[in-house]
Formats: sequence, C-alpha cells, structure tokens
Amino acid sequence: MRHILTATVMNEPGVLAHVANMFSARGFNIDSLVVGRTEDPNFSRMTIVVSADERTLDQVRKQLAKIVTVVKVRDYKETPYVSRDLMLIKLSAAASSRSEIIELAALFRGRVVDVGMSSLMVELSGEEEKLDAFVELVRPYGIRELARTGVIAMSRGGATNAGTDEEGRTDQRPATARPAVRQPVPAKRQPSQQELEATPPG
Amino acid sequence: MSTSTSPIGAGANASAAKTTSKSNATNAIGAPPAHRTGSIVVENAAKATESIANGLPVLGRPTGKTDRFNGMTGAQILLQMLLEHGVTDAFGYPGGAILPTFDQLYEKQLNFILVRHEQGAGHMADGYARATGKPGIVIVTSGPGATNTVTPLATAYMDSIPMIVFSGQVRSYLIGNDAFQEADVTGITRPVTKRNYLVKNVRDLPRIINEAFIIATTGRPGPVLVDLPVDVTTGKIEDAVDDTPYLPGYKIYKAGHSKMVKAAADLINASERPVLYVGGGVILSQAWPHVREIARKGNIPTTTTLLGLGAFDENSPLSLHMLGMHGSAYANYAVQESDCLIAVGARFDDRVTGNLKLFAPKAKIVHVDIDPSSISKNVKVDVPVVGDACLCLEEMLGYIEPRPRSSWLSQVARWKVSFPFAYKDDTELSKPQAIIEAINKVTGGKAVFTTGVGQHQMWAAQFVRWSVPRSMITSGGLGTMGFGLPAAIGAQVGRPNELVIDIDGDASYIMTAMELATMSQYNLPVKVAILNNRFQGMVRQWQQLFYKGRFSHSEMVNPDFAAMAESFGIRGLRCHRKQDLIQCVEEMVNHPGPCVVDFLCETDENVYPMVASGKGLHEMELGIVGCAAPNSDREMGTLA
Ligand SMILES: Cc1ncc(C[n+]2csc(CCOP(=O)(O)OP(=O)(O)O)c2C)c(N)n1
Ligand SMILES: [Mg+2]
Repeated sequence: MRHILTATVMNEPGVLAHVANMFSARGFNIDSLVVGRTEDPNFSRMTIVVSADERTLDQVRKQLAKIVTVVKVRDYKETPYVSRDLMLIKLSAAASSRSEIIELAALFRGRVVDVGMSSLMVELSGEEEKLDAFVELVRPYGIRELARTGVIAMSRGGATNAGTDEEGRTDQRPATARPAVRQPVPAKRQPSQQELEATPPG
Repeated sequence: MSTSTSPIGAGANASAAKTTSKSNATNAIGAPPAHRTGSIVVENAAKATESIANGLPVLGRPTGKTDRFNGMTGAQILLQMLLEHGVTDAFGYPGGAILPTFDQLYEKQLNFILVRHEQGAGHMADGYARATGKPGIVIVTSGPGATNTVTPLATAYMDSIPMIVFSGQVRSYLIGNDAFQEADVTGITRPVTKRNYLVKNVRDLPRIINEAFIIATTGRPGPVLVDLPVDVTTGKIEDAVDDTPYLPGYKIYKAGHSKMVKAAADLINASERPVLYVGGGVILSQAWPHVREIARKGNIPTTTTLLGLGAFDENSPLSLHMLGMHGSAYANYAVQESDCLIAVGARFDDRVTGNLKLFAPKAKIVHVDIDPSSISKNVKVDVPVVGDACLCLEEMLGYIEPRPRSSWLSQVARWKVSFPFAYKDDTELSKPQAIIEAINKVTGGKAVFTTGVGQHQMWAAQFVRWSVPRSMITSGGLGTMGFGLPAAIGAQVGRPNELVIDIDGDASYIMTAMELATMSQYNLPVKVAILNNRFQGMVRQWQQLFYKGRFSHSEMVNPDFAAMAESFGIRGLRCHRKQDLIQCVEEMVNHPGPCVVDFLCETDENVYPMVASGKGLHEMELGIVGCAAPNSDREMGTLA
C-alpha cells in the first residue's frame, strides 16, 4: 500500500539527512520525499510517500516522530486529502506536431511555458496518475527532458494538520481479539537459516 | 534547507499554548535544565511548559534573554554550565581544536579523567552513567578524537544511556574545506545519537547545552554530541542571549494513559500464569521498587533481560533470573507457558524472544515503555502503556489484586529445581563458571560489576546472584567488546567508595587494556578478573556448533596479563590452580588499590542453555542444565 505522510520539521541542516537516513537504516522504502518551506521560516514541511503495510506504516510514523527535530507527523490513511505533483516536460516538437501537443496539454490543463525551434516545454500539475498518463501520451513525440517535484499533500476541510497523528493513538486501544499464535511483524526479508546461524554471536 | 536567523514571531503561539494537552506527551519548550539526580520523578518534564500544539507547532518561544554570559568565551560558558548542570566528573583527551576548552579545565573545578584512547573516555562516561544515573560527560578533540567516540556513542544509543560528548571542530569558516583534523562528525554520528549539534555561533551555545542535557537525560535517555568549532569556544558573547531550550519536536512521556494502566491491571488480575519481563528501562526510570512490589503483591514470577539484571532480587523465590538466548530454562519455559506477559522497559530484542512466531504463544501482552516506537515493533501488544515505567507502575500497583497463584508458582518452583544453571567441574583447570561463583561467594553479589562481551558475560549474568540495581554494567544492545575495563573505571569514578569488578574475557579485555594507564594514574581501585580461556570463547562456541569445529581466527595468544598489569604499576595476580580460586578472589577483593587477576580457565566450555537462531524459547538446548547437579554445594541447585 502507498501512504502519504507529512512531517513538519525544524528548518536546520541535517534534518533531511536524518530523515532519509532513518528510512534507509530501517529498511523503509521511500517512493518520494519533498521538502519545502512553510509560512514560518523556522519550519519546513516534508511530504513523504512510502510503500508499506499497516504495521510498517505505524513504525514509520513513530520513528519519524522520534527524531527530535521532527515536530509533527501526519498520515492520511483515514483522512481525505488533496495531493499534487508538478512536472516540467520538454518534448521534441516539429512544426507539424506542435499543435497536437498544445492541444493535448490543454486537455490536461497544462500550459506551454517555453517554445523552441523544435521543442516545447509543458508545465503540468495534478495527481500523479494524471501526470503519468500525459507522459505516456506524449512519449511518441520524443521526451527530451522531464522533471517532477514529487507529491505534496494536504488534508481537506478546515482543520489544520488533520490526519492520524504520530502518537500512534490507534495503539492505545486494546485489541479485542488476537490469534492464539503470535503474528510476528512481517519481516522485510526473512533471513535464511544459514544466514541466521552465520550471525556473529554478539 | 537553510538555517534561518530571522527572529521568530512571538505572538503566533498564543492560541497553541492555550490548548491543554489530553495526551501525556509534553513538549519540552522552556524546560529548565535539570536531570535525574536520584529522585524518582523527572523534574524538568513536570516543569516544562505544558503546551502541545494543536495544529502547527508552537511558533513563538519564550524570550528568556539573559546577560549573565556577557563577556564570557564559549569555553568559559561550557565549563560554567557543566557545573550548573551538576557535572562533577568528565572524561576525555585533548587536541588542537578543543584546547580552548581544556584551558578551562586547568583549574580543576571538574574532576577530569585523562584517558588513553577516546573510545575509553566514551565507555567510561557510559559506565559512570549506568552506575550513578547521572549523564556521562566526554570532551575530545576534532577529527580522530571525535571519530574514536563513535563506538561508545553507538553502545550508549543501543542501551539508552545518557551521555554527552563535546567534540572540538575546526573553525566554522573552514568547515567543508577538508581542513586539518576536520571530519563531518555530526554527519558520522547522526545515526548513533539521540540528537547532535554543530554549534555555529557562540550565542547559540547556552541554549544548546541546556537542550543537550534535557535530551540526553529525559524520556528514553540517550547520547548527544555537541560539535564545537574553535571560533565558538574562543568567541565571546557580548550582550544578552536567550538560553531557553527550544524543542518543539521533543515529547516527554510521563504518566501512562489511565485507561491503559487500568486495562493492563485488569488483564494481570485475570491471569493465572503471569510473568513480569523486566528490562533496562526499569533501571533507567528507577522503577525497581514498584516492579518488586507488583511481583510480591500479585505473586508474579519475574524475569529480567541482561540490562534488567539487578532490578529484581534474584534471591526471591519469584525470580526467574535472565531469559532469552542464554537465559534460564525456567524463565524461558515460564514465558512460553504464560497467559499474561508484562513487559516493562524492555524491547522484545531478538536475543530475548528467539523465533518471534513461537514467542509466548499463549500470552496476552502488556507493554509499558516510554518510547512509543518500541510498542508493537517486534511483537503485537495487547495493552500498550506509553509512559515512564516508574509512574505507570506506581499507578498500576494500586489496581493489582493479591492472588495466591499457587499452582503456577509451584510449577515455576519445580522448573527451578529441575533446571538450574549448571556445569560439570571435571577438568584440571577451573571452569569459568566456578570463577564467577567464587566471585559471587566472596562478594555476596554486592559489588558493581562490568563485563566484556562473550561467554564470560553470559556466565556473569547466570552465576552472579543479582539483587542490587545498577550493579550490572554491560553492553547489551551493541555487544561491544572492550567495554568492561573502561566502564569499570567510569563506574569507580562515579562510586569511589564501592567495590567495582570488571569480569572480563581475555579477548575483550585486551581491546581497551591501555586504560590500565588511566586506572593507574588516578589510582582507581578497580578489580579486573580476566576469565582467560585463551580464546574468543563465544566465537569458538559458534564455530564448534555451526562451523564443524573450524576455529577460524578465534584463538588468542595472550601476554602475561599479571606482568602486563605490574608494568602499569597495578597489582597483577595469577590464578592457575582451581584450589586457589577462593583465596585469589579474596586477595583481589581485599587489595586496596587496582588489581588485575589472570584466572586461567578451561577453554572447551559452552554456554547453556542456548536458544539457537530460528528456534523458539522452549526449544533451547539444555546442555548440562537439567542433569543432576554434580557439585552439591553450588547455590544454584538450592535456589527455588
Ligand atoms: C568489538 C567487537 N568485535 C567483535 C565482536 C564479536 N564477538 C563477540 S564475543 C567475541 C569473543 C569474545 O572473547 P572473550 O572476550 O575472550 O570472551 P569469552 O567468550 O572467551 O568469554 C567476539 C569476537 C564483538 N562483540 N565486539
Ligand atoms: Mg576468552
């Protein structure tokens, strides 16, 4: 499952490295990570897209919140949200195909932002899937360059920073029933018996 | 991202600050500098401004500007603030980039211990912290001085030990230029510190020092590193600065959620076969009186992890001793049979659980921990209680109902009689276990013990009868060989009038043995008992069991340890005959100064019980354990 998390972090050097490092050290997969300024110069906002099951997502949220320079963590698992990705794409555009491309861009509510002798640059924003679809459509014309920002997201409605919070409150509810045999956390990768035995003793 | 130096809007936090928290987490904004100094409750957490942001974090900050640092250099400020934070001892080694700070140490307002290797300084500070509960302080130079502290930082981080390393750094305008003895120390240490800082401006120093103490000592404690460029320690503060800690992303968990505490107690009261599983967190939060009381009141058999040893009195019939890979058979059986496992300040480490799929299959699990990320990390928890173990258990104690649980207790007692820790005393040389039993007998287990890593560490855990908190100082999470000697030195500095014994392995010991010079210079009366099996014994055991006896590079050719100690001006003894064992231990313990004893012992001895990788706790190999006790006066056989 893909999940979107946002993290408000202190705006200082090392925070990005810390977050990125934590993801790699714990074997979590980041699909994208976007950092940008907020209305307050002291804080930045990260939007992180991860592929994870529920249990891993819970750990990601908690491990993020544990970082001292991370101020607030939200995930949008149970919250309606708007997400956007921004793309600049430079296409080969001979005079003959130019109007087709412009038409396609218009259909996708994109804008042509630069025109060269044999190229066009289109700016397009929206949900990731829409951008993906556009890329596939224009691929035959020849993509010269492509840049995407990665996803940013925000909860819908009036609440500031809605979403599931970092304290893992879902954990504060006792589970009603559980299987007789303990379910281990699905491992990232199950080590083989041989590997287990090869683990240095201590 | 760039650092902003613009002033922060002060009005913006008004609405956030008004919101009272329903959660027990408290943002440590404006918390006064303080650390645990023996009292059970964390004071600074209580005093911290009770505000949690609803929505965006608190934007403004109290303007606690003070002019008390006017005219002082960074180095002067550092010394003064260390003293204000109650620091009495520090460990370290000088070098160019930290000389301004060392100049301040010349007047000896601090008891400074000059080590022989910065790794030693780190482990000493760690041992000091574990022995006293106060944060350990390290002061080292830039580049190699700082990188030498990485292993101690990682060791302290894994075991949640409060420690602060102050490292020198090249002048801030040289950073990034590959200057002499420059290293990206904050980059290198980020994964092994709870928080680290590169101080860019002397005006930030007072605030950062306050924050470092709060972060190191509160919540789940851990190491902090503060990197100090030369121009920061030599730079002067000219006018008022704000030294108020500013930690909007830091939460300190205190009391547990009342509903959860009650739910946990209900589960425990309803259980027939409960087991308390106690970890190092109980020592850190000083919750051992509550653990003991809950066990007594509810008649709950109690097992500890390696780091939890001493939290429970092992002389109690309720004690199951240590659990896990080399834990007691009865602790492991009890966990597997339990219908309610109460984990307190423990993290379900793989060395404790064995195969997770087979772990405690019949038990509902209560987990009390201050770190929310520990909960349900490895094992799904039924009742989580997030908070300081001491406060959580104090509340829980009120709900725990007295229960006889006699059939469970008699089952446990039968296991204890049938499967005591054991060994066969059938070789010409002493068995390593016999040496530890002798030390236990002579000291009554009443000493501060440190260990290296390996078989001797496990035998120390098994054969010393632990009853006093902070008496077992060992590297659990990282398993750092070479920890024992410097940790013992640090413990001795922190508890100068107590008997401190390093039970070490020959291979572990020699990794940091240069600290004998430190011991000698400060005449610290540490006792070192080397269990000399002329092998990396634990590696030998694994090679014997899993690599067809191909002992690849695990045999040690050692120096004459006694003569080596003597060359440092330290009393060195040899104990090569088993009939001299008790007498040698007595001689060691009674020697007024530092003393190293080379206890020659049997090589081919393995640690049992042993839960092989991939096996459940109940599938442990018992080895000699469970056979009739060959040596009738061993106290293990009579415990129950
Ligand atoms: C710094 C470090 N290097 C390697 C290891 C792997 N290791 C674990 S136990 C051990 C052998 C320890 O030998 P010794 O100190 O003599 O103790 P013994 O097992 O013989 O009692 C080794 C090499 C480690 N834990 N730490
Ligand atoms: Mg050895």
